[in-house]
Amino acid sequence: MWAFGRASGFASMLLLSASVLLGILTRSGRPLVQLPRVSVSLLHRNVSLMAVVFLIFHVGALLLDSYAQLHVTDVFVPFLGSYRPFWQGLGTVALDLLAAVVVTGLLRHRIGQRTFKLVHWLSYAMWPVAIAHSVGNGTDGTSAPVVAAVVVVSVAVVAAVAWRLSAGFLETARLRQLHGQWRRP
Amino acid sequence: MSADSRREAAARLHIDWTRCDGRGLCAELLPEALSRDDWGFPLAAPGRLAVDADKSNVPLKHSELGAAADAVKLCPVLALRLARP
Repeated sequence: MWAFGRASGFASMLLLSASVLLGILTRSGRPLVQLPRVSVSLLHRNVSLMAVVFLIFHVGALLLDSYAQLHVTDVFVPFLGSYRPFWQGLGTVALDLLAAVVVTGLLRHRIGQRTFKLVHWLSYAMWPVAIAHSVGNGTDGTSAPVVAAVVVVSVAVVAAVAWRLSAGFLETARLRQLHGQWRRP
Repeated sequence: MSADSRREAAARLHIDWTRCDGRGLCAELLPEALSRDDWGFPLAAPGRLAVDADKSNVPLKHSELGAAADAVKLCPVLALRLARP
């Protein structure tokens, strides 16, 4: 259970990072080489749900593990754990944020675009918290392969966020900017 | 689409222009019904609409209803609605 809990946590961290990258790509409105926009959007959703599945494995396994001493309260309330409570609490915070993002994502058509989007932005807060939890709480959090993986996904996500904030981010950005210039007197 | 088949549209895809951001998913799913203008916004494909018809309600064929339902579900800004005649 201990080993399984660690491995599934690592897998979830990688999948969440992939999901953030795909989410940013979805927002840009661009296809991914040959993959159409619809598929990028579905991939973003399905990778996210896969991350959730691995997260359920991760938390479930450690709840059943006697060494981890994880209680049901720790799944919902952060910073009360017995093993590295601060770093474990970050995991709880990330889990609670992710739960909000996933539930509002699944109910997007019912709750409306504005609420969905507002909550969906929490992903940007969730991701660094989840990464910090991986490194700070993982038994192998500072071992070479984990650090290498964290460096790779961090560079990718930071670059994607920088791209997200750049002027040419939207597929149609250049044309829409040109259009604005034509209209200006 | 001839004038007759236009009248027999299986449903209409309503585009809410106040929400539409021209992300282009609908045009991918309905390549025969929709094209995109230069700024990415969806346009009824040539011949789909009568000259002075309402451009916010694109008539669909029976065979397009499944793809249209997907487009309504996947529109990233919830700008689409399916209106049965």
